[in-house]
Amino acid sequence: MSEVQTGRPVRAGGPASAPGGVAAGVPAGWEAVIGLEVHVELSTASKMFCNCPTRFGAPPNSQVCPVCLGLPGVLPVPNRQAVELAVRAALALNCKVATYSKFDRKNYFYPDMPKNYQISQYDLPLATDGYLEVPEGEGSRRIRIRRLHLEEDTGKSMHAADDIVTARYSLLDFNRAGIPLVEIVSEPDIATPEQARLYLEKLKAIMQYCGVSDCRMEEGSLRCDINVSVRRPGGRAGTRTEVKNVNSFRAVERALTYEIARQVEVLEAGGEVEQETRHWDEGAGCTRTLRTKEYAHDYRYFPDPDLPPLVLDPAWIEEIRRSLPELPDARRERYVREMGLPPYDAGVITASRALAEFFEETVRAYPQPKTVSNWVMGEVRRYLNEHGLEPEQIPVRPADLADLLAMVERGTVNMRAARQVFTEMCESGRPPAEIVRERGLEQVSDESLIERAVDEAIAGNPAVVADYRKGKEKALGFLVGQVMKATRGRANPQVVNRLLRERLGPPGTG
Amino acid sequence: MSIAEVEHVAWLARLALTEEEKRVMAEQLGRILDYMEKLRELDTEEVPPTFHTLEGMRVPLRGDDPRPGLEREEALAAAPDRADDLFRVPRTGEAEGEGA
Ligand SMILES: [Zn+2]
Repeated sequence: MSEVQTGRPVRAGGPASAPGGVAAGVPAGWEAVIGLEVHVELSTASKMFCNCPTRFGAPPNSQVCPVCLGLPGVLPVPNRQAVELAVRAALALNCKVATYSKFDRKNYFYPDMPKNYQISQYDLPLATDGYLEVPEGEGSRRIRIRRLHLEEDTGKSMHAADDIVTARYSLLDFNRAGIPLVEIVSEPDIATPEQARLYLEKLKAIMQYCGVSDCRMEEGSLRCDINVSVRRPGGRAGTRTEVKNVNSFRAVERALTYEIARQVEVLEAGGEVEQETRHWDEGAGCTRTLRTKEYAHDYRYFPDPDLPPLVLDPAWIEEIRRSLPELPDARRERYVREMGLPPYDAGVITASRALAEFFEETVRAYPQPKTVSNWVMGEVRRYLNEHGLEPEQIPVRPADLADLLAMVERGTVNMRAARQVFTEMCESGRPPAEIVRERGLEQVSDESLIERAVDEAIAGNPAVVADYRKGKEKALGFLVGQVMKATRGRANPQVVNRLLRERLGPPGTG
Repeated sequence: MSIAEVEHVAWLARLALTEEEKRVMAEQLGRILDYMEKLRELDTEEVPPTFHTLEGMRVPLRGDDPRPGLEREEALAAAPDRADDLFRVPRTGEAEGEGA
C-alpha cells in the first residue's frame, strides 16, 4: 500500500519528453511523476497460510477453512512454494532478497478480511532495490523498484444494491482471502501514461516467464494502484493522489491521462491538489474522490505474533537464482542477434512468454525465423486480435504452422490461399494438408490451365485492356484479379503476371 | 496522554468509550508510555534492534498441498447473516475491493 514507507528518501524520475518535446498524456509545460503499486497473485495450488485450494471461479465460500475465515484458535503456516515464487519474482526484477524479513499485521475494518487484519510485510520486506527496463525511443529507460513483499489477498466484497453509495450491506466471498500475493512498489520514475503501460507489460511478461503468476487482469491476478503528481519542469513535486480500481493496461493509461490533466487544470486555475484517494470510473472515464486525507488510514502495523521471522537460507536463494529461465530482455536480444529479427518484432514476440514459446517451437520445425516471425507478427496476431484471444490461446499447433509454411515454400499453395488455410486451421484445428486437399487449394502452376483464364480475362475486358495499352499500369492488377478469381485464388501469381504481360505486350504501346 | 489522543486511538479500533473510560485509558496508557520513556534513557547504541518478539526463531514453511477446508454450510453456519452462499454484513462505507 502507499502507506508503506521504507524511510528512504524518494527521488523522482526524470522528465520523459525530449527537451522541448511534449509527451503524450502530459500537458505542455508540465511533468508527471508516477509510481505504481502492483499486486500479483502467485500461482500456488494452496493459499498463503492454510491449505485451502486457490482455484479461480469456484462457487462462493467453497474454498475456506478456519484459518482464512479468521476463526479463533488457529495458526497460520506459510506456504513454501509462495515464498519461493516471491523470491523468483524478486530476483527476476533485480531486487536484493532479504535473508531476514517478517510478517506484520495490517489492521483495518473492511469486511473483506474476517480477521480484521491482513498479514503483510511492513518495515522488513522480502526484497528491495530492484529495477526493470522499458523501451524508450531507440533505447530503454530504467524504472526502479523500491520493494517487493509478500502478503495475503483479501476476500471479495459485493454490494446488494446496484448503487455502491446506497448499499447497506456487503456480501462476502472468502475464496480469495488468503491467496498469496506479492506487492511490487516502483519508485516514482515513470513520467508518462504510456510508460506506465510499458512498465506493466514488462512486469507481466517477467512474471509469466518465471512462472510466478499467470497475470490475468480479468481474473484479478494482476492489479494496479497509481500514485501521481505533477510539477513544472525542474520544480518541486506537487501533492500526489492515489488512484484505485484500475483494471486493465488500457485503463491505466486512460486513468493517468485523465488524472494528470485534472491536476494541471486545478493548478493552472490557481487551486491546490488535495492529497486523496480517488476511484477510477471506467464507464464515465474519470476519477472521483474516494476518501480525503482526514480519513487516510492508520493501519497500526505490528509484527504478527503468530509468525516468527522469515529466515531464508542464502544457498536456497542462490539455487532459485540459478533456476531462473531466460527473461524477456535476454530473449529479445537473442532473437535479434542469432535469428536476425528486427528489434521491434523481437520485442513484440518476447513480450509474451506464450507467443515466444509458440514462435520458437515453430522455428524448431521450420528453421526460418524471419518467415515465422512475419507470420506470428501478421496472421497469428491478427487472428488473436480479431477474436479477442490471449497468446496463451493460439488455436494452432506450432508443427501445423510449420507445415503450412513449408507448403508455401514448395509452391503447393500461394500466399493468398495460405492465409485462408491458416484461418481454417484456427477455426477447425485441422492440419493444413487436409484443408488444402479438401478445398482444392493447391496452387495451379500448369500454364495451359492458367492460359485459358488469361485469354478469357483479356477477351472479357476490352476497355481495361485498352487502358493498359494506353499506359495505365494499374489496369494489369485488375486483370490479375480476374484470373485469380477464375482459378479460385489458386493460380500461381508469378505465372499469371508473366502470361498477361506476354499476351498484352509492354504498356503504353496501344 | 491527552483525551484527544485516546479518542483517536479508540476511533481507529472502533471503540466507543465513555468520558470516564477515556480518562482511565489516558491515565493507564500514559503510564505505559512513561515507562517507555524511562527505557529510552538506556544507551542502546551497541545493541542490535529487536524486530520481533520471536527473535531467534524462524517460521516453519509447509508444502503447497491443497486440501478441502470447511463444507460451505459449515463455514456459513458461523455467519451473523447470509445472502445465498455469501456472508452478509453491514457495509463500512468503503468502495468495493478497498482492502488489498
Ligand atoms: Zn483456508
